[in-house]
Amino acid sequence: MNRTAHLPDRPPALDRNGPATAKLPARTAPRRRPRSQQWAAWAFLTPVTLYLVLFYAYPLYRNLDLSLRHYTVRSFVQGDAPFTGLANYRTVFDDPTFGPALIHTVMFTAVCLFFQYAIGLALAVFFNQHFRLSVTLRALFLVPWLLPLIVSASTWSWMLNSDSGVVNAALHIVGIGPVNWLTSPSWSLTSVIIANIWIGVPFNLVVLHSGLQSIPASLYEAAALDGAGAWRRFWHITFPLLRPVSAITLLLGLVYTLKVFDIIWIMTKGGPADSSTTFATWSYQLGFGNLLPAFGPGAAVGNLLVLAALVFGLVYLRVQRKQYAS
Amino acid sequence: MNTTSGRRLTAAALTVVALATATTACSSGGSTSAKSDDGTYTVWDPYPQFAKDSAWVKLLDGCGSKAGVKIKRTAFDTSDLTNKALLAAQQDNSPDVLIVDNPVVSTLAEAGVLTTTDDNKVDTSKVEPNLLAAGQSDGKTYGTPIGANTLALYYNKDVLKAAGVDIAAIKDWPSLTAALDKVKKAGKKGITFSAIGTEEGSFQFLPWFWGSGAKLTRLDSQQGVSALSLWTGWLKKGYAPNSVINNTQTTSWQEFASGDYAFAENGTWQLANAEKAGFDYGVLPIPGASGGNAAAPTGGEFVTVPVQGDTGRYATAQKLVSCLTSADNLYNTDTTLSYVAPTSVVRDKQVAADAKLKPWAEAVTSARGRTSGDLGTKYPKISEQLWKAVQSALSGAKSPQDALATAQSAVK
Repeated sequence: MNRTAHLPDRPPALDRNGPATAKLPARTAPRRRPRSQQWAAWAFLTPVTLYLVLFYAYPLYRNLDLSLRHYTVRSFVQGDAPFTGLANYRTVFDDPTFGPALIHTVMFTAVCLFFQYAIGLALAVFFNQHFRLSVTLRALFLVPWLLPLIVSASTWSWMLNSDSGVVNAALHIVGIGPVNWLTSPSWSLTSVIIANIWIGVPFNLVVLHSGLQSIPASLYEAAALDGAGAWRRFWHITFPLLRPVSAITLLLGLVYTLKVFDIIWIMTKGGPADSSTTFATWSYQLGFGNLLPAFGPGAAVGNLLVLAALVFGLVYLRVQRKQYAS
Repeated sequence: MNTTSGRRLTAAALTVVALATATTACSSGGSTSAKSDDGTYTVWDPYPQFAKDSAWVKLLDGCGSKAGVKIKRTAFDTSDLTNKALLAAQQDNSPDVLIVDNPVVSTLAEAGVLTTTDDNKVDTSKVEPNLLAAGQSDGKTYGTPIGANTLALYYNKDVLKAAGVDIAAIKDWPSLTAALDKVKKAGKKGITFSAIGTEEGSFQFLPWFWGSGAKLTRLDSQQGVSALSLWTGWLKKGYAPNSVINNTQTTSWQEFASGDYAFAENGTWQLANAEKAGFDYGVLPIPGASGGNAAAPTGGEFVTVPVQGDTGRYATAQKLVSCLTSADNLYNTDTTLSYVAPTSVVRDKQVAADAKLKPWAEAVTSARGRTSGDLGTKYPKISEQLWKAVQSALSGAKSPQDALATAQSAVK
């Protein structure tokens, strides 16, 4: 608003640069207003800036600082930890846990995202048909999302208990021997993935369902008249038109899944023998899971996670810009 | 153009100034409230189970009014307390009295957060040396225990009777394993414990580790491997459930309380629950590999006096600590916490009042501090590798020998 209003004033002001000091009074009058408005603009901006600096920039800076210094408990308290550059990152890369943690993080994120998206989309298409009770059923599907994570994760770990869990009891009825879901190195990652998929499906369902509503029904009618079957309609109308919504769902899902910590920690503590350790649990383990905290390496692992999320965020922005351009 | 960027700069500068004043105001406000001697003394403890009207809080308030000050008490979860204490010390905002789990004492002492008993004049002369050792490093003492607990084997008399096991015959590992075998053949479950991947897991494994004659300075010794092989063998033969790998001491207790298990390795603090379990139980010290009682690790908290900017506060803090650990108060506190007292006088009084405490009193006398023997802050690193090794071996990822060898090389 104000910018357009004052634009006409500016060019003459620039012209008068050198010689015309006599016209000064004429100049000050219109200039006072933009200044006060600018101040008002800054006043409106300050709370947000303060908030961002206090709750985003400063913690991020502190985390970076933590990861670049050699902290012992003593230097943590006295605040005189020596700057060691990338030594903590080197420690982390050389740690025997790094390889498995990286593989588990990638596996966990990829498998969870794929199934959450696929199941979420299938359910969204299903609920888009508006049959009786579809709204009620859809609401029920939201329950995993509404439950506190501590409740759902504890429930999963009871259900998957080797000896007294309901899952093994059910398997027993079918005639399958007990599986050590949480206590066997070959199953623990699968177990936490299953639990996390269950928790993530509702989010995908809700977002994709709202995306489906924005696809005009006339397109489907036209396609049906042209003789396209349900499968073709899905692949040639629903899926392409849902692409922007899918992209944001997958990106948000990726960021959420990368940092999943509570479920894994409650169910397996990243164990047994690091078999379900991801970067998120490893970072916590280093910083808080021991009587003697290793803040530096813990912060370093956390920063690697931030970096990964940032990279995918940039990829998303780029893809989106391309979409707008085309 | 110039003027706009100038204006922007001033605005940005003002924002920064506003920010700086806001933050400094915060920090100075925080420290003055803690430091000015307004007659309020802060106490942090790891007993969130005790509400405002509990005997513990009344005791704190009573000790406060005796010393002529007001007590502000905050209860934390044990696992939270270490980091909270470190952060508070970093902000120069430590509590006046800090009650903290004993293996943490050496870490906090290393951080320079705690005063020594030479400085704060707390009297520790009556405390049993084996319990006090957990709070000592480099010949200095950093607090006094408020009570001690340790581990032993609870057994279900009904299950043992049905399986035809004579408890008196259990003297060492082979006789214990033989008893477990009998129990399993009788269709009941053998033993449950906690081998979770946290400090709790190491705590539960240590009696067996020490009972084999192994030392924490060398994890992969022959004896250490034999201790881990004992546990692994129990799991393989089905004497212990597979769920022990994820059991906390509480979930392990719940398994025992179901009445199906012959034995459970658990602590003094479960005594009250054992009474409620609804079956006849007994307590047996954990046997060593070839007889005798194994040394169990000591549990329980230390009362410490953190370093203050204003050294004048130590005198009152010392009064508070002495009051909390005076004979009468110790007796009451340790009874509420279901702990064994750290001094022989109070302990005898406890055993006289409740004969059930006798095996625990004995176990505490032969217990060993985890950070004792000048392990200090080396212990947390060793312990982490130890519980990882236990988890690797029990889950079948590695053999006991390999698991402990990996652990030993990681400690170095």
